[in-house]
Amino acid sequence: MNAVAAHRRWMLALLLAPALLWLVGLVILPHVELLVLSLQARVGPGQYAASLDQYRTFVEEPLYWNTFVRTAVMSVLATALTLLMAFPAAWYIAKVARGRLKMVLLVLCLLPFWVSEMVRTLGWLILLRETGVVSGLLQAVGLANQPVELLYHDATILVGLVYASLLFMVIPLVNSLESLDDSLIEAAYDLGGSTANIVRRIVIPHAAPGIAAGCIVVFMLCLGNYLTPTLLGGKNSLWFTEQIYTQFITRFNWNQGAAFGFLLLFLSSLLVWAGLKLTGQRFGAVMKT
Amino acid sequence: MSSAPAASGPGTPDLDIRSARKRYGAFAAVDDLSFQVRQGSFFSILGPSGCGKTTLLRMVAGFIEPDAGDIVIKGVSMRGVPPNKRPVNMVFQHLALFPMMNVGENIAYGLERRGVKAFAAKAKVTDMLRRVGLPGSEGKRIDQLSGGQKQRVAIARSLVLEPALLLLDEPLGALDLKLREHMKVELKQLQAEVGTTFVYITHDQSEALVMSDQVAVMNHGRFEQMGTPQALYYQPQTAFVAGFVGNNNRFEGSIELRNGEQVLLRTASGLALWAQRVGTLDVGQAASLFIRPEAIEIGRSPRELPAGAPAWSATVQSVLFDGGNSTVMVLEDKSQTPLHIALPLTGRLADLNIGEGVHFAYQPAQAWCFKA
Repeated sequence: MNAVAAHRRWMLALLLAPALLWLVGLVILPHVELLVLSLQARVGPGQYAASLDQYRTFVEEPLYWNTFVRTAVMSVLATALTLLMAFPAAWYIAKVARGRLKMVLLVLCLLPFWVSEMVRTLGWLILLRETGVVSGLLQAVGLANQPVELLYHDATILVGLVYASLLFMVIPLVNSLESLDDSLIEAAYDLGGSTANIVRRIVIPHAAPGIAAGCIVVFMLCLGNYLTPTLLGGKNSLWFTEQIYTQFITRFNWNQGAAFGFLLLFLSSLLVWAGLKLTGQRFGAVMKT
Repeated sequence: MSSAPAASGPGTPDLDIRSARKRYGAFAAVDDLSFQVRQGSFFSILGPSGCGKTTLLRMVAGFIEPDAGDIVIKGVSMRGVPPNKRPVNMVFQHLALFPMMNVGENIAYGLERRGVKAFAAKAKVTDMLRRVGLPGSEGKRIDQLSGGQKQRVAIARSLVLEPALLLLDEPLGALDLKLREHMKVELKQLQAEVGTTFVYITHDQSEALVMSDQVAVMNHGRFEQMGTPQALYYQPQTAFVAGFVGNNNRFEGSIELRNGEQVLLRTASGLALWAQRVGTLDVGQAASLFIRPEAIEIGRSPRELPAGAPAWSATVQSVLFDGGNSTVMVLEDKSQTPLHIALPLTGRLADLNIGEGVHFAYQPAQAWCFKA
């Protein structure tokens, strides 16, 4: 009996080992190192002392602050837009489309992700730049009489972010909508419910864990995105990940970069927590979808 | 009170179906059907799965538009009226209670949609829950309820809107046997109490027979027969009804003799049986003959059988003990034809053994013969 239990425990440990190694080696250890770095300041060449200077710089420098808030607001906006766009699509895939069509639609959602993110974003550049496809089209049909620069606007960044994260919203939504029994909708309709009311009282409460899961994923993706804001927003993009990049790579100020990294982690955790609290969702239920 | 159709009832019928038709490709789910349901009655539509009864019910509820014909509820044509504007409510097969709301919110949902004020709705919900025997359950979650309680909440949710018609789509199907028997009685009592017209569809003949004032037997999109449960059971008008409602012994053969309304059918194996003919059946025609297991008398010796009726001898093949519904399977000795015979409820033949010789007889007036 005991031998079997011990054997089982060893097997479990063995099976969990790769995941644990990955978690400890690639996630926890670097973060601990970053935390330590962020709490140090350079006092002389090659000399470091414990200090809160890095965080103080963040608080005292309005540029960092603004970038931080701007990134959060834009990410929330992108998440909301993604939800609005993904919901009808997910509804169609989960409830209207049948059999083959359903599969084809899901594959269509997935298809762009077979191409690397870099190439996809560059595709947007080709479409939107001053001499690009859209600009040319607008001139050809006479809606513009000179080349139009569609890049480097906030709206462009939003378009890129929504495009990049749509799939991650559609999949959890499809999953949670599929589990909604059609007869619940019929029953509500039968009892006199209007479409708007049924969506509000039946569909959204049922899909809430899926909506929350999708929003968390998309929000994190937007907040941590580097490529899309940089390429589509150019110098004006002011994305917080760029600040981190600059500190680490350009300025070689790892202490400052680490502090920024931790602030971003804190920000995303805080907003996800607030979002869950606000909508009354439990984290466990959300993670199941 | 239940023998006459709606025409003699007070006022207009609650439901008047006029030549309703629904086709799916070449398949006629509902085939040019017309009938009326009298106010305050319990009307059941009984049929095997795929007979079109669900399509019919969903047409009344408004989820399916008929291809042709009209559905008139309380004298008003329902053509083009969506489900949320019809004066009917439906109890769904799997009840479709809203799991995201508690019991009180479920029942209040329809009232709120009609703009009933919150305090008035609350009073109605309380009253309705008391009427279905669940007083004070407003705050319970749906998953805290038992099967029977869910049933009652689903009915309460519809009845609180005081619909002209309550449609029920096999709501007892998901319950276990004991509870189903109990709910049958309860549902009939509830209907008598509230006086709302119930339209109930089921494939379970016992549900239809026990609860209904009127039953329509449906097959291939048409009504085979409509009448009281007693009429369906004792005077079936088609072979399908005779075979579907209650248990029956069925024999195929051709008519050999006719004596007034009685005909003699001979089966391929040589068994000759007298029965009441239904329709214009005559000598030489192929026919199906039905005798109910309980219409056959059985005894160990011919003396136990009523005198005067033709009797046969047979051998017991198997005994199917089921309390009050016990039957024996016997093989008639000459033709080797199998028959089901009900055992007397007195327990007189409870000790019957396999292989034992028995005698049986029946009254030809209790057997029915239909054109095959």
